[in-house]
Amino acid sequence: MKFPEDLKYTKDHEWGKAKGNRLIAGITDYAQDELGDIVYIEFNEKGSTIKQGAVFGTVESVKAVSELYAPASGTIVEINESVVDAPEIINKDPYGDGWMIVIEMNDPAELDKLMDSEEYRSYVEKEAK
Amino acid sequence: MSFVSLNQEEKKKLLDTLGIHDTMELFETIPREFLLEKGLHVPGPYDEQTIESMFSVEPSSVVFAGGGIYRHHIPAMVEAIAARQEFYTSYTPYQPELSQGTLQVIFEYQSMMTRLTHMDVSNASMYDGATALAEACLMAIRTKDVDKILLSKAINPSYRSVTRTYLRAMGDVEIEEIPFDAISGRIDLDALRNALTRRSAFFIQNPNFFGIIEPMDEVASMMKDVAFWGVVVTEAVSLGIMRPPGDYGPDVVVGEAQSFGNPPTAGGPLLGFFCTRNEYVRRMPGRLAGLTRDKDGRQAFCLTLATREQHIRREKATSNICSNQGLCVLRAAAYLSSVGPLGLRAIAEQCAYGTRYLMSLLKNKGIESVFTGPVFNEFVLRIGEGSLEKAKEEGIVPGIRIDDFYPEITDGHLITVTELNSERDCKCLLEII
Amino acid sequence: MSIRDNLTSSIELLEPVIYSMSGQGKNKAILPMPFPKTSLGDIEGPLINDDPPDLPDISEVESVRHYTRLSRLNYAIDQGMYPLGSCTMKYNPKISEKIATKLSNIHPGDTDAMQPILQLLENLASHLKEICAMDACTLWPAAGAHGELTGMMVIKKAVLERGEHRPEVLIPDTAHGTNPASCTIAGFRAVKVPSGEKGYLEASTLSKYINENVAALMITNPNTLGIFEQEIGKISELLHKNGSYLYMDGANMNAIMGIARPGEMGVDCMHLNLHKTFASPHGGGGPGSGPVLVKHELEPYLPVPWIVRNNEGRLRLVRNAPKSIGSIHSGLGNLSVLMKALCYIISLGQEGIREAAETSVLIASYMKKSLEDCYYLPYNTPTLHEFVLTDRYQKEKGITTLDIAKALMDFGFHPPTIYFPLVVTGAMMIEPTETEPLTEVDRFIDAMKKIDELSKKDPGQFSGMPASTPVSRVDEVWAARNLILSWKTRESNTEESPSK
Repeated sequence: MKFPEDLKYTKDHEWGKAKGNRLIAGITDYAQDELGDIVYIEFNEKGSTIKQGAVFGTVESVKAVSELYAPASGTIVEINESVVDAPEIINKDPYGDGWMIVIEMNDPAELDKLMDSEEYRSYVEKEAK
Repeated sequence: MSFVSLNQEEKKKLLDTLGIHDTMELFETIPREFLLEKGLHVPGPYDEQTIESMFSVEPSSVVFAGGGIYRHHIPAMVEAIAARQEFYTSYTPYQPELSQGTLQVIFEYQSMMTRLTHMDVSNASMYDGATALAEACLMAIRTKDVDKILLSKAINPSYRSVTRTYLRAMGDVEIEEIPFDAISGRIDLDALRNALTRRSAFFIQNPNFFGIIEPMDEVASMMKDVAFWGVVVTEAVSLGIMRPPGDYGPDVVVGEAQSFGNPPTAGGPLLGFFCTRNEYVRRMPGRLAGLTRDKDGRQAFCLTLATREQHIRREKATSNICSNQGLCVLRAAAYLSSVGPLGLRAIAEQCAYGTRYLMSLLKNKGIESVFTGPVFNEFVLRIGEGSLEKAKEEGIVPGIRIDDFYPEITDGHLITVTELNSERDCKCLLEII
Repeated sequence: MSIRDNLTSSIELLEPVIYSMSGQGKNKAILPMPFPKTSLGDIEGPLINDDPPDLPDISEVESVRHYTRLSRLNYAIDQGMYPLGSCTMKYNPKISEKIATKLSNIHPGDTDAMQPILQLLENLASHLKEICAMDACTLWPAAGAHGELTGMMVIKKAVLERGEHRPEVLIPDTAHGTNPASCTIAGFRAVKVPSGEKGYLEASTLSKYINENVAALMITNPNTLGIFEQEIGKISELLHKNGSYLYMDGANMNAIMGIARPGEMGVDCMHLNLHKTFASPHGGGGPGSGPVLVKHELEPYLPVPWIVRNNEGRLRLVRNAPKSIGSIHSGLGNLSVLMKALCYIISLGQEGIREAAETSVLIASYMKKSLEDCYYLPYNTPTLHEFVLTDRYQKEKGITTLDIAKALMDFGFHPPTIYFPLVVTGAMMIEPTETEPLTEVDRFIDAMKKIDELSKKDPGQFSGMPASTPVSRVDEVWAARNLILSWKTRESNTEESPSK
């Protein structure tokens, strides 16, 4: 299970990677593993605004459906159309090609509320028990 | 009679293994105060012959009853297929490797229904046409910004009643009924035009409850700006002759397919069907069978999109339904393959011919039906008490009474003719009116 | 028996889809034509389809063979044990089937013929009330989930009539998945309540969740772990003191019929699953039947029509009941299923009913005892008609519950209910039912033990299982990603053919 160090993590198993005011977001390796083969994904519209912790989409596997929660508040400025067409990319490469959306953040300081790699690793270990 | 297979010796073996003397020791977790002390007051045990004699019921000799449940000829082949215990005594096909038979039957049923209705997708069936309509309303509310459900008043009254029951729970959605024209029995197009808004979901039955064929082109042309609309078909045999409802462009086509190989059985089981367009596939209620492959690449079937369903989505499910009318689906599929394209057409024509035959007999006697609109297989007639008594004496069921639901149609009866009626039946009816 | 062995190429089909067998003019059926052809001029034109409907055109022989071959691809209770927990797959008596067909030609509008049928329905209702110690009954819900929904609507109406607003229904985490969905559709908010370490709901836990918002608790008893809710007395007291109702999901009634009665435990409203407890067939997914039983207080809200006897002693269906929730079905529920249940009850009589419950518990307990050394048993509390094991021991070798389930197929069994209840990781929920012969029970135990051995010796074998079923492991992911839900043309289906 991978927990890249340069990312921030939510309790709902999303990750975010800040580049200036922009945040790339997706779901973690643990989340894709728990879901199993992802068959469908749906995002809120590009250009829509979103609050930290609010739902920005839905991901569906054969055995589960999960809401996706935004790691930060802002505007959705980009959507990864290729994972919409081929959701299996998320299973293969959750932190790379399997990215989901880009958020233009209102307040990058919000990211301080999220977990870092080490905190998330121990959070997952606890949850897995 | 007991269907327990163990004999005393075997029971003793099990008790010994468990180290106990009496089965009742296994119920020690039930607080003593709740253990039943006396026996239940239930009759039996009875032998098969006694039981059979209790269930002998003869139908009346001449029956013109329909109104949502129809009598049709059922080919012997359908009975033979439906009696196969491999279908009859199997469970829901959750384990596809052991359920390819049931799954393929469902898939083929779905295929037949989409082709009959000209819609993109059909589910694996619902309890009945009324709950299918109610579920369609719930889907409209779930997917579109709907604040008002408009139901044609010529939709089968029990369908409207069930829909009201289901929607009452939703709280803030209003139901409005669109009246029918008192002369033609068709929908009142002006009333419909006035009631429609961008936030309404509209449903019309065709042929309607009075057997009358609605002006579908005019209705469809008014649906450009509504949030959602659907066509209800309560006599599936009409699909053998009518223009497929999907051609009018509705969001859903729902209704009752009991006519396809399922006898009326005193009121159930029925077979609700639910067809919709691709855009709703992830929002629709009910089970779906899909084509796939097995590990070795061969064609196989399985239930799919289960994530919409209650056992995964729980309180967020699209519906709480977790069954389909499996056996009725089997009968419908076997029926449609037995009668084939020309057969279904011919049966639909027979219903239409028979209805016209009876109407013309009545007309010659100077008796007119209540409405003037063109009919398919049913029409409304006023039948007074005197005639009803005569009918009873003769063992004739002259249709079903509808003035409870439509008090304005005093003595109104809905008369239905199918290919199980005959010219002689029609003459018998004529005699008593 | 393997049909697959005879297939040479991997792209071969087991049985073609019926449309692909179609050819114009093959169907030569002659159907009843009692009426002379007349003009349909009044409905011609845009209202009528010029072409016949798009149905397969095949001969009767092809059609009969098609469905017969398909039937042979199914597993069925008439073939062997179906130990699905909480599904009560017991033997379906053949007499029930025979009597149900006797009513098939009756139209519900035939009021004279309906008289004896209404009487039979009355009889069934009274037997069900007696078995459950409840006061009133509606027979129309067409499935267990439909019964739950009806029950929840009845409770909602009762709360409203009292002028109260109670938006919540409490549901233990061992409940059936349908329970939360039924609550939501009825307009309630489902609130999950954790069951205790012993596998049943503790009154002390429940009391923390009880407040003026709670309309009801929805509990399954015995629950999905097979454990009797032993604090049910205290639980009902707590609820009633708070003005809330106790709803019981009767899915597991098979364990206690004739032994204990829900009405005496304080249950206000419940449903039964006639296709489980009362032996009507599952039919590959339905029709089922889920009658709802209530205490007097809730009777006015039951759905219409009501069966009422008039002054002349004639039974009538009455639709005018001002406090009723309204109708929930356009016919009379799944009437033939109701008749099968009635037939079952009077075939057994009171002794037989009790024997069925006792034996179901006896066989399940024997099976549990025989398997608890090989499989992890998550709860020590005694169980009744079903029990839950997990894959904890086998997982050490990488073998999961799903693998065990698929392996069971190669031993000729349908697997148990798996991954449910959700409170247990890797659950296998096993319910053998009372009708299983001892040889079949022992054969199952033996199979489970062999699977355990195999998981230690040769875990690699599992990925190829099942090998003896008509198809090998079915790719559910492919199905969900490609969504082929109906047969298109032969050409277009070949293009997107899964075989490629």
